[in-house]
Amino acid sequence: MIEIKNLHASVNGKEILKGINLKINAGEVHAIMGPNGSGKSTLAQVLSGHPAYEVTEGTVTFEGQDLLDMEPEKRAHAGVFLAFQYPVEIPGVSNSYFLKAGLNEIRKSRGEGELDSMQFLKLLKEKMKIVEMDHSFINRPVNEGFSGGEKKRNEILQMAVLEPKLAILDETDSGLDIDALKIVSSGVNKLKSPKNATIVVTHYQRLLNYIVPDFVHVLVNGRIVKSGGKELALELEANGYDFIKEEMLQSA
Amino acid sequence: MSETIEELVSQEYKYGFTTDIESDTIAPGLSEDVVRIISKKKNEPEWLTDWRLKAFRVWKTMEEPRWPNLKYAKIDYQSISYYSSPKQAKKLNSLDEVDPVLLDTYARLGISLTEQKRLTGVAVDAVFDSVSVATTFKETLKEKGIIFCSFSDAVHEHPDLVKKYLGSVVPYADNYFAALNSAVFSDGSFCFIPKGVRCPMELSTYFRINASNTGQFERTLIVAEDNAYVSYLEGCTAPMRDENQLHAAVVELVALENAEIKYSTVQNWYAGDKDGKGGIYNFVTKRGKCLGAKSKIAWTQVETGSAITWKYPSVILLGDDSIGEFYSVAVVNNRQDADTGTKMHHIGKNTRSTIISKGISAGRGNNTYRGLVNIGKNATNSRNYTQCDSMLIGNKCSANTFPYIEVKNSTSSVEHEASTSKIGEDQIFYCKQRGINTENAVSMIINGFAKEVFKNLPMEFAVEAQKLLGISLEGSVG
Repeated sequence: MIEIKNLHASVNGKEILKGINLKINAGEVHAIMGPNGSGKSTLAQVLSGHPAYEVTEGTVTFEGQDLLDMEPEKRAHAGVFLAFQYPVEIPGVSNSYFLKAGLNEIRKSRGEGELDSMQFLKLLKEKMKIVEMDHSFINRPVNEGFSGGEKKRNEILQMAVLEPKLAILDETDSGLDIDALKIVSSGVNKLKSPKNATIVVTHYQRLLNYIVPDFVHVLVNGRIVKSGGKELALELEANGYDFIKEEMLQSA
Repeated sequence: MSETIEELVSQEYKYGFTTDIESDTIAPGLSEDVVRIISKKKNEPEWLTDWRLKAFRVWKTMEEPRWPNLKYAKIDYQSISYYSSPKQAKKLNSLDEVDPVLLDTYARLGISLTEQKRLTGVAVDAVFDSVSVATTFKETLKEKGIIFCSFSDAVHEHPDLVKKYLGSVVPYADNYFAALNSAVFSDGSFCFIPKGVRCPMELSTYFRINASNTGQFERTLIVAEDNAYVSYLEGCTAPMRDENQLHAAVVELVALENAEIKYSTVQNWYAGDKDGKGGIYNFVTKRGKCLGAKSKIAWTQVETGSAITWKYPSVILLGDDSIGEFYSVAVVNNRQDADTGTKMHHIGKNTRSTIISKGISAGRGNNTYRGLVNIGKNATNSRNYTQCDSMLIGNKCSANTFPYIEVKNSTSSVEHEASTSKIGEDQIFYCKQRGINTENAVSMIINGFAKEVFKNLPMEFAVEAQKLLGISLEGSVG
């Protein structure tokens, strides 16, 4: 589905990603773990096209298309979704209006008809059950006055409505209490299918108890230094990131 | 991002065409003689000529205000023509007699003066340069005792009413521009809603400046008697011209006991080009007086046009339990300057006022909110709530807020909230990541920002205003 080759990216002239290689197939869940400042979030932002990051080298092919050449909205149309670490507030714009606008743009790009308000509302209410969202949420402004947990749930709701092929969850577990974590993870699990793939970016293993990855990659200093199965996450949890660094030193 | 943002703002002004029509325009310059000529052309009674002359004499002693946060070239009052009217065959008996060229002009502006084609909900008075060219639905309204006509007609047909209320809210010596207007005002609209009548349709005046080198000085007077209700809309456009044109209007509203007046404006005068060449200088005095107990006056304005805007629609809350409201969206782009806000004078007991001001600055625009909340000694138990929000698009524009609050008793309360935000790269990226392109994202963010004001506009106008906001800012974000 997506193939990342030798990806280098920098922000304000400072290189953060120093040659990422990663291949993800449909139906897979990949976890990207790593210490603070290792470039995890940068990878998520670069894949979704945040303008602050400059790609200096490498390629990303998504479903046969050159992803890096596409505007962020085109990537969204193609099926790339980023669940933001810090979801953005848009005062005065209701959740349903925002989400309907997004969905209809995506549908239009695929040559599908736009949904009218009634059709959309029906769909939205169905999807809201997945993340146990209260109905009052429909008319509340996007993320404004939301608690941390509500914001993250809102991200997953958006994902449920937009049905992306590749969902990138950027630290979706940060700031969540255990109940919210369960709701969010079960939402993500319900949306999993053999046709879509998920990248879970996280610092802690905790989330991976609920969203079980097929592969775990450890990102240190802009490079993937170790890849393995879900047991790698447990190893990291037990030993911390230092043991990887030591391993790296020994092999150097 | 700022580059992209900047691109979105510069869309061509849609209403910038000129109408080729023969007009009767007097030579530039201002003197007592000019005042007399205007009055004579309008065949006015002596009392009104005298009133104009008194205003002119006061104006001569006054100085143009320097306190606004506005920068504009000095206005040469002697180089402006103070009267211009399209030549037409005398007094019109019906709309069919209106020059087709004029009808076509209004049609291009989206205003149909043909009654049967017009949405039944709105009656229109069309003012072209210095005169009113047509008023629709006059007869329908007359059946209810409502008077809706040009100011000139009102002077002749309802002199007692005009005499009673003209200058009763904005005296001719009120300020520099009001004095100028009082001396040379040419036309405008007059509305009178008698006791107990709820006006069944929206009343609307559409102002169009066409002739070059002229000023437009209209005067609007709306009186709602006891228990009456009226919703009035005002729209304005002008051709694109390289030189600046002066617009100095006066609007007076009078609400008697338990009456309600809603006054909505969508101001879209030509704003000048992106380098600040041309555009209308808009110096307007708008004031309402809640004369009766429990009366209510609400101003809603969407200001997107004009090179310079100087405008403070205000309410004098004289009657006990009266209510004043002000809802404003002011957009500046390119080199536009706006200094706008409101004054709420609380005089009666238990009076309440609400101020919601949303300023949007883009390009090199400069947007100032200036407001006064004055709660007098006897205005016990009065309340004001003020909210001033500014939004900046790009990093070459500015926003300022100057709130003045004076409370002279201890039982009243005043609340003031203010915020400044920037359309962030993050907001736009968030929208784009959800599939929405930049242009739609900006339009969505801005309309969300201005929503509290739009919801106070009549439905048809709200849609127009939303579109207008999108157009005014097109090119400012990309």
